[in-house]
Amino acid sequence: MAVAIAEKRVGKLGERVYSGRVPQLLERGFIAFKSSTYMIVISGFLEPVLYLLSFGYGIGKLLPTITVGSETIKYAAFIAPALLATSAMNGAIYDSTMNVFFKLNHDRIYHGMLATSMGPLDVALGEIGWALLRGFSYACAFMAVIAPLGLVESVWGLLAIPAAVLIAFGFASCGMAVTSYMKSFQQLEIVNMFLLPMFLFSGSFYPISVFPQWLQFTVNLMPLTHAINLVRGLCLGHINMALLGHALYFVVMIVFGLIFTTKRLNALFMK
Amino acid sequence: MSNPLISARGLTKKFGDFTAVNGIDFDVYKGESFGFLGPNGAGKSTAMRIIGATSQRTSGTISILGKDPELHGPQIRAHLGVVPQQDNLDMQLSVAENLYIYGRYFGLSRKFVKGKVDELLAFAQLEEKRDAKVENLSGGMKRRLTIARALVSEPEILMLDEPTTGLDPQARHILWDRLFRLKEQGVTLLITTHFMDEAEQLCDRLIVMDKGSIMAEGSPASLIKNYATKEVLEIRFGSDRNQEMGAKLRTMCERIEELPDRVLMYTEDGEALLEKIYAADFHPKTSLVRRSSLEDVFLRLTGRTLIE
Repeated sequence: MAVAIAEKRVGKLGERVYSGRVPQLLERGFIAFKSSTYMIVISGFLEPVLYLLSFGYGIGKLLPTITVGSETIKYAAFIAPALLATSAMNGAIYDSTMNVFFKLNHDRIYHGMLATSMGPLDVALGEIGWALLRGFSYACAFMAVIAPLGLVESVWGLLAIPAAVLIAFGFASCGMAVTSYMKSFQQLEIVNMFLLPMFLFSGSFYPISVFPQWLQFTVNLMPLTHAINLVRGLCLGHINMALLGHALYFVVMIVFGLIFTTKRLNALFMK
Repeated sequence: MSNPLISARGLTKKFGDFTAVNGIDFDVYKGESFGFLGPNGAGKSTAMRIIGATSQRTSGTISILGKDPELHGPQIRAHLGVVPQQDNLDMQLSVAENLYIYGRYFGLSRKFVKGKVDELLAFAQLEEKRDAKVENLSGGMKRRLTIARALVSEPEILMLDEPTTGLDPQARHILWDRLFRLKEQGVTLLITTHFMDEAEQLCDRLIVMDKGSIMAEGSPASLIKNYATKEVLEIRFGSDRNQEMGAKLRTMCERIEELPDRVLMYTEDGEALLEKIYAADFHPKTSLVRRSSLEDVFLRLTGRTLIE
């Protein structure tokens, strides 16, 4: 029976690397989630909520409003979209680095998967798909917290949810490509060394216009800056062409990351 | 004989300058149990990975069920059940979930796989461990689960890479028993091992490999017949004297091997030889007469023992 199923794909595009098994990989994600990984997921949801409480409430007391362009908004409404974008990034990065690293090198789960009639692109898309599902549920949950608090200024803010998925997709596909090069657990720290400053300097807590020109330029190259600008633009209802540019940044990340990941998985497993 | 299931000609695999598999030829036929016997590093696992369509050959040809693994990886893997040397069970899942999801990876329906899980738990004698986490299983149980997992897609060919390495004798015997049952059901088995007793027990036919090349091929019995005598007399004079005594005893038997810890004397009648040795006034500290094994074949072919 397994043979008949595999033969159905003969002659189709990418038949050597892809067998259409993404749903099965997501099914694995759900089974593992039920039994063991739910704690990590809960903490991933709590993180932005805690940031919002601590900074939104604390700093919000000192600085009730902030001026963006010509508009004055509540400080909490300024940081909430940034936290949404950041949590999409963090969830995607956790899934595609730490999780993938363990499955790849420690438990060798992918070795088992690739001994079946699946291909490396199935594994890449399945893992990234799982990261996206998580990004999507984080975004929905966080939205359910901030919208009733009146921190979403525009109805365009609903689009922040698909935007968060797009952001998660970009980070997950690049994260997995990077992880495939990692040889040791310690090397994963490199990812954190990159993420933390990006989070602190990408305009989460204040507009980057306070920085000198050269730093603004650097920060504008970072993916999280584009993620925050995209989500914030939607939540505040500042709809313009720049948003398309930010989204395009992530489309490029996705394509680049997927090509790389599949290549690397092929190189790792088809040695 | 009918067409072989697997056929390799001049199969070669290089990693940089290192040649892991050096131009080997072999055929595996339906329903037989075919072995790769050799020490660690002989190229057995590499050959297995090429057959399993998870490694690309450097040169030569190989066809599995008439297909080239380089062009039809997923289709070929759909025919195979793979038991890797290193267990790669899904540690986040339970025993039953491991079997279930593995069947799903082949694209099999939920209903089919669920029925299969019960059957395989019984086969692997793991019914009581159904909901246990994999990490809490013993080594033997993990191995049985890995074999059960490889059977979930009802493969025509089951590939086992060092199936009993690291297991205690009892666990090994349970596992061999399970493999015998599969053989009786007509599953083609491909086994790599560096244990000569395992090869003798399980394989109908085998190739003896060393340093990437095939040294000999045949059934265990025919290999022993061709490359060793009927019996072996193992004697020990103490580690500092084995070499010296070996030289003196050389003319008394067909062939002699002086190992650091013992002297092996190849003969048709071990007891008679031992009497001759005593009669000639030699006094070994210990002596043992045994039937020749594949270990002796390997020693003859390479001058080295299988487990070093």
